[in-house]
Amino acid sequence: MNILNTNNISKSYGDFWALKDINIKVPKQSIFGLLGPNGAGKTTLIRIITQIIFADTGKVYFEDREIKEEDVRKMGYLPEERGLYKKMKVAEHLIYLARLKGLKRTEALDKIKHWFNKFQILDWSNKKVEDLSKGMQQKIQFIATIIHNPSLIILDEPFSGFDPINVNIIKDEILELKRNGATIIFSTHRMESVEELCDHIALINKSNVILNGTKKDIKHQFRTNTFIVDHEGDLPSYTEHFEVVDQNPTEEGHTRSTIRISNGKSPNDLLSILLNKVEIHAFQEKIPTMNDIFIAKVNEGINA
Amino acid sequence: MHNIFLIIQREYITRVRKKSFLIMSIVGPLLIASLWIVPIWLSTRQTEQKTIEILDDSGYFMERFSETSSLKFKYIDADLLNAKNEVMDGDSYGLLYIPNINLHNPEGITFFSGKNPSIEVIQDLEWAMRSVVEEIKLEMSSINQATLDSLKTDIDIDMINMTESGEKAGSAGIATIIGYISALMIYFFIFVYGIQILRGVIEEKSSRIVEVIVSSVKPFHLMMGKILGVGAVGLTQYLIWLVLSVLITTGISSYFNISRTDGLQVPAGQEEVIQDSQGNEFVTDMLNSLESIDFTLLALAFLVYFIGAYLLYGSLFAAIGSAVDNDSDAQQFQLPVTIPLIFSLIVLTAILREPDGDLAFWLSMIPLFSPVIMMMRIPFGVPYWEIALSLSLLIMGFIFTTWLASRIYRIGILMHGAKVNYRILGKWLFMKN
Repeated sequence: MNILNTNNISKSYGDFWALKDINIKVPKQSIFGLLGPNGAGKTTLIRIITQIIFADTGKVYFEDREIKEEDVRKMGYLPEERGLYKKMKVAEHLIYLARLKGLKRTEALDKIKHWFNKFQILDWSNKKVEDLSKGMQQKIQFIATIIHNPSLIILDEPFSGFDPINVNIIKDEILELKRNGATIIFSTHRMESVEELCDHIALINKSNVILNGTKKDIKHQFRTNTFIVDHEGDLPSYTEHFEVVDQNPTEEGHTRSTIRISNGKSPNDLLSILLNKVEIHAFQEKIPTMNDIFIAKVNEGINA
Repeated sequence: MHNIFLIIQREYITRVRKKSFLIMSIVGPLLIASLWIVPIWLSTRQTEQKTIEILDDSGYFMERFSETSSLKFKYIDADLLNAKNEVMDGDSYGLLYIPNINLHNPEGITFFSGKNPSIEVIQDLEWAMRSVVEEIKLEMSSINQATLDSLKTDIDIDMINMTESGEKAGSAGIATIIGYISALMIYFFIFVYGIQILRGVIEEKSSRIVEVIVSSVKPFHLMMGKILGVGAVGLTQYLIWLVLSVLITTGISSYFNISRTDGLQVPAGQEEVIQDSQGNEFVTDMLNSLESIDFTLLALAFLVYFIGAYLLYGSLFAAIGSAVDNDSDAQQFQLPVTIPLIFSLIVLTAILREPDGDLAFWLSMIPLFSPVIMMMRIPFGVPYWEIALSLSLLIMGFIFTTWLASRIYRIGILMHGAKVNYRILGKWLFMKN
């Protein structure tokens, strides 16, 4: 079941198309990576989903029916450009944001207690926002995003401004939220966190979705039949079965070769050929990183 | 609607809690009270009675000057040189030397004093001498004081306003004062709290809280919540000022009244008595003509124009705030909004000259001007149909500006770093949401 899908969403500003026929499906209880270079239209799409702005054409479906105004209460949105009222006290601020999402004051207070306990920041309640460091403010913003138990959480560059320790804390929280049933749409440039967290991915470039699917499928699709082999002994650089793309010595005194096999050959075929020629210490398929895929796809668009 | 209430509440509470609000609440009434108290204090302050020595060689003026609260006279008989020396050494303020003069062409009258005499003293002396000369001349033409008094006729035009409910005594003076005060109150309120709306919107935009908020709240609700919240803060401030000013003013003026009655035990100069009775007459006049002003209408009109004007201008200020990134960028857009306000204040004098003239009529129909202009006119009496028409236009006006502002606001709050000019604002107006 999809918690959210968009049907041919288009949006233009004057002559400029911000989004063109966007179709994405966000399965329930997944972490959905919304990727793309700057200015691709990610923020516009998120703003349409959160009903801050509206699409020119196309429809958004939430929980398999057309999205309604009240559905924003089931969403938690952490924008990339985010801030807090500097003069307000932390607890007071969170209560305000929670009440805007429909929580009662007492419910909000309970939630604040829960999260402050979890993050061990109980003594922050009466501090003014302006007295907190940037990282501390980010934590408060994160709590504000999820305080009303949203079923769809939209995080736009959630890790910017965090130190590595806090990045891990937030990552763990994201995973726990998912385990507890929430769906997370996750927009970022940091491919290592996409690699780590996302199940599904959509890549937007120049207002179009150019890649869409599960991370597993996409990676599979981008396999290049390339393997990394650590070995002792010499290999011919080209045979009818394979081609050595790259070769470097390793620290242990072995040779690391990057080998691409010809079409129709399996890894086992390569292994059996290699077994006769060299002594193998390690054998691994070279799976493209999300970073590689991202750069390859976006550059494709530039060259086209 | 629940959310708009939450926004109003936040705006109100965070602003009312500020130190600056507390300070303004106390300083404001002190300023207002001092406007009343300083003149009262000045008027009750006794000026020292000055002694003027008179050396009259002509003999016309002997014992003829009457003492006033500020001047008393000492007639001396000496030669000029000695008299001058005596003034230099003595306590007297100065010496008035009157040579043997021709009454029809008096020349050579001189005032000697140790320091520069005040203009007031010289004018008093000139006035006193002139009346003595007049009296002498009248006596010479065998007209006595009684005949003269009977010649003087006091003319005082009573003003009566004819209205449907009957005739009432009117007073241009009191109407002017009330008109000015209410027009100024509207003017200042819009200025002070309009700028607060502007600042608030800029703050939300530059601190980037706004995108978080609009993911829960419609931009229109956020804008209206801010306008109404700031307005409520302003009304609270005005109310505090009103109550405190009344308290302080009555408190202090009752204190002054007590000290005045104390002063009455000392026999007062004749002139002061006259002044007092004139003052009383003035006060009763004022009180009478106060009745001529329809206060229910005035208060109602003030409230409605006040709110209308605030909403009209407030939404424009909100729109400006949403379009820019910082206070200094706001300046260029602020000017066209503040010009009509300033203009209506400048034109008030012209309105006063002719409160029901063409200019006054047309300006009180244009919503940008009507609140200030109408508050000036209403104390003089304005036909109901004019008020009704002007109010309907004002309501249409603020609905229009609110619409205009919300169109700009919804786009503006999400735009960062864009260089905005009027053409772009125009584009935003018609941009799809």
